[in-house]
Amino acid sequence: MPIHTVKEIVESLKRRETTPVDWTSASLKEISQHDSKVQAFLHVDEEGAMNRAKSLSENGNASLFGVPYALKDNLCTEGIRTTAASRILENYIPPYSATVVKKLEAAGGVLVGKTNMDEFAMGSSTENSAFQKTKNPYDLNCVPGGSSGGSAAAVAAGMVPFALGSDTGGSIRQPAAFCGVVGLKPTYGRVSRFGLIAFASSLDQIGPFTRTVEDAAYVMQAISGHDPLDSTSAPVDVDDFISGLSADVKGLKIGVVTDIDSEGLHPDVRAAVDKAVETLRSAGAEVVEVQLPHSQYAVATYYLIAPAEASSNLARYDGVRYGKRAVGETLLEMYERTRSEGFGMEVKRRIMIGTYALSSGYYDAFYLRAQKMRTLIRQDYEAAFEQCDVIVTPTAPTPAFRFGEKVDNPLQMYLNDMYTIPANLAGLPGISVPCGVSADGLPIGLQMVGRAFDERTLLRAAYAYEQLRGFAMPAPKVEG
Amino acid sequence: MKITEDTIRHVAKLARLAVSDEDVAKLAPQLSDIMDYNEQLQSVALDDVPPTSHPFELYNALREDEPRPSLPREKALANAPDTDGEQVRVPAVLEG
Repeated sequence: MPIHTVKEIVESLKRRETTPVDWTSASLKEISQHDSKVQAFLHVDEEGAMNRAKSLSENGNASLFGVPYALKDNLCTEGIRTTAASRILENYIPPYSATVVKKLEAAGGVLVGKTNMDEFAMGSSTENSAFQKTKNPYDLNCVPGGSSGGSAAAVAAGMVPFALGSDTGGSIRQPAAFCGVVGLKPTYGRVSRFGLIAFASSLDQIGPFTRTVEDAAYVMQAISGHDPLDSTSAPVDVDDFISGLSADVKGLKIGVVTDIDSEGLHPDVRAAVDKAVETLRSAGAEVVEVQLPHSQYAVATYYLIAPAEASSNLARYDGVRYGKRAVGETLLEMYERTRSEGFGMEVKRRIMIGTYALSSGYYDAFYLRAQKMRTLIRQDYEAAFEQCDVIVTPTAPTPAFRFGEKVDNPLQMYLNDMYTIPANLAGLPGISVPCGVSADGLPIGLQMVGRAFDERTLLRAAYAYEQLRGFAMPAPKVEG
Repeated sequence: MKITEDTIRHVAKLARLAVSDEDVAKLAPQLSDIMDYNEQLQSVALDDVPPTSHPFELYNALREDEPRPSLPREKALANAPDTDGEQVRVPAVLEG
């Protein structure tokens, strides 16, 4: 039994045609068939998942009752190893679960495993994992994107109907685009970050990977909401995301950015996105031109703010309370060796950039200027959203690239996030929906960005496009 | 913006990272490239712009100051690399 959508599983279980054990077994079977090739999972909890599924055989009213899922390995799971794909946390077993994990438990979900990622979510290809390289299910020679590459690949290859990831500069939307699935980064504060291993706290958000927009609405409904354990989670009511879905786009205003930087934009991506805009227009949506004049500075702004926050957040890995400890004669030597052996190169690079940008004499020139630019980027969106309801761009400038193509050039890797980063800086929700396939057979993603806390409209627009686009994503052919 | 190998060593010290000569030689040009790119922010007039530290205005999120259970000691120490059963143990901080 191949894995179906979240909605199909929920409905089948409601009709009592299947049991939670059926779906968990199906998911585990898909993993055992495909994951030796794809390598999406760092850990599969076969026994835990089956026990959980068996315990669910009664009581079928919860919203995700009996639905198997996977979690990016930077989401803490009590009693289950959580590594953030780093040597420094190789043996870390969290004493508590993230709020999203508790919410999915309460909703009846069945956790089947933890997925691979770029170490501490720093990367755009999942090549920075300390443990393994996850392959793109559409082409095993290509990266799945990152940093949530394992979650994206697990959903794309049909191993789970949904997975959670985290997005600091595009780490949900870009791998979703590369792997031909739907990925949603909620508004900052919409989903509790409690129990998410922190990278850049003013940018990080947790969100779902699914095969359909409707499924994203189901998962969002389960994980959203204020949490007293995360002081930055927003005390804002959670809308009914599912009832808002409609294929009707009349009255919807779609913003197309006229001053976007299209240097390096792949012709197939450009064509697919243009076609998507035409699809929405001909179905009755109003297409308006908007400007985001400061988004050209977003990557530079991000690569000061995110490393600065990371250098501070990752100071906690010192070999004292948890994680790896290297031997040192003195405390200082122990710190330096622990961190040097425990962190991979990209993590070190970002800690160094952040430390440099915050160091005496450079703070005003770099960090403070970046924070000011962040204000202008936010204000651009405020002005644009006076004219439209959602803003449409490509999710990434190119389809998935090959392994090794960008590893020696960090700046080129960073520029891959140019279309996704602005929404993180402004705190806005963004979604990537498949909008076509390149000449090489690789998926292309359409990004839509919405107003703060208006995931309802964002999901509605994405759902409408998905209904109107007139094709289904071809399933990847993972051999093995 | 040229970041020298000496600067890399200084920053690594601030960040509590031991770096090999090989790492230093690799990091200096890479960080120079990244900071060169980031230099473009210097060309924009930003004097009158207030900084954003969080996407939305946030005020202190306070709760009642009521005692409640916290992580029990055994759980808190379970992941520590070295303990004496009651506290974490580290190499000597002070000499003598």
